[in-house]
Amino acid sequence: MNAEARPEVRLASSSVGALAAMKGVFARDMKVAFRQRQDLLNPLLFFIMVVTLFPLGVSPEVSFLREAGAGILWVAALLSVLLSLDHLFRHDFDDGTLEQLVLQPQPLFLLILAKTIAHWMLTGLPLVVLTPVLGVMVHLDGNSIAVLCLTLLIGTPVLSLIGAIGAALTLGLRSAGVLLSLLIIPLYIPVLIFGTGTVAAAAEGAAVGAYLALLGAFLMLALTLAPFAAAAALKISLSNG
Amino acid sequence: MRFTHRPDYGALMSEPLLQAVNLQCERDKRILFRELSFSILPGTVTRVEGPNGSGKTTLLRILAGLNDAWTGELKWRGSPVDSQREEFLRNMLYLGHRPGIKPLLTPLENLRALMAGRRQVSDAALRQALQGTGLAGFENVPCRNLSAGQQRRVALARLLIADEPLWLLDEVFTAIDADGVQALEALLLQRAAEGGAVLVTTHHDLDLPGMHKLTLGAGGLSDEC
Repeated sequence: MNAEARPEVRLASSSVGALAAMKGVFARDMKVAFRQRQDLLNPLLFFIMVVTLFPLGVSPEVSFLREAGAGILWVAALLSVLLSLDHLFRHDFDDGTLEQLVLQPQPLFLLILAKTIAHWMLTGLPLVVLTPVLGVMVHLDGNSIAVLCLTLLIGTPVLSLIGAIGAALTLGLRSAGVLLSLLIIPLYIPVLIFGTGTVAAAAEGAAVGAYLALLGAFLMLALTLAPFAAAAALKISLSNG
Repeated sequence: MRFTHRPDYGALMSEPLLQAVNLQCERDKRILFRELSFSILPGTVTRVEGPNGSGKTTLLRILAGLNDAWTGELKWRGSPVDSQREEFLRNMLYLGHRPGIKPLLTPLENLRALMAGRRQVSDAALRQALQGTGLAGFENVPCRNLSAGQQRRVALARLLIADEPLWLLDEVFTAIDADGVQALEALLLQRAAEGGAVLVTTHHDLDLPGMHKLTLGAGGLSDEC
């Protein structure tokens, strides 16, 4: 009876590469987002509302709007991204997909990078696309609009990447909104300053190469460091949850 | 099916898949368990027992690597889990209270997304797994329109196509009907017979032939493994 042989352990034979796994994460986030289109519209509507209310609330004069337009658009874009951040991990946390994500046998920071890219394409990118229209509305000239779009194109991914750290850190909390803003806004300020500074320089006819290079440096820094920080924060939040 | 595995014999003969040495976990200033040591051998089904709040879920989360608030040692096939995290994750399947199912996606899309990070599975195999859990005809219905039991079955479909030898299953019998329970029990035994190891917590009256028990309790701790 004792001589019964124990079955051999069969270890998992195959596995998926990091890139394929990232694609899987990205595809799922996109699919979920497009099943819930009204959520996609929220940041856009917010962006449009803030920009249209400014001329009504402050002054509809061309000189004022031309001066303040780029700043208004940048602030509106920043707040709009900030508002959408809580959704980045919240639903996944609630339904258990986040646990499964952490348990995937690929480096977590890459999977989070894929999620953040999806988040940017769903919130930041539409804002950039909408910017020319709103730019005309606040009487920016063609050159300024082009530069503004470029700064937003480089800047909004930075906002998503830094935001991912905050969203991951505040995941375990019941009302994360205020704390998330307090944590993240100080880190957004340099991006905002250089973003609007670039447009101001362009309006004065100065060269903007250096400004754009600095924004690009922010992006590279966020791209390489933020996913690591967010992955670590996510593990802490899950460990307490 | 015959199940004649004996823990005492097996401990001599085969290397444990997972080994816990002196685990201690504190939660809200209360010690859930201390000096908890056990080995999970290939070919076994182990039920983690204990009253509510005794730390069953916490133990499974610690083993899976989702909870960091513990001290002690965890070994995967003889070496520390920390030193071979990816290898461990490749061979471990964890199903928690929250099934990891997106309500907006269909069962097929959910299963495809869950498998996308683990290994390549054809759509035909995914459909077959869903049919195997009794979800034939529901493949393309969004999961939020399914019942709680059906949603759990979507998560359980993973077990039918899993190639991970170690399963950590937390309350998998919740919301599953009698037929489903029977099929699931057979599945657990089959995985054990194939050389896998299953750790399961449940309030369902689970009694499988050759099943091991790991009892957690307030204060008194008995480890029959």
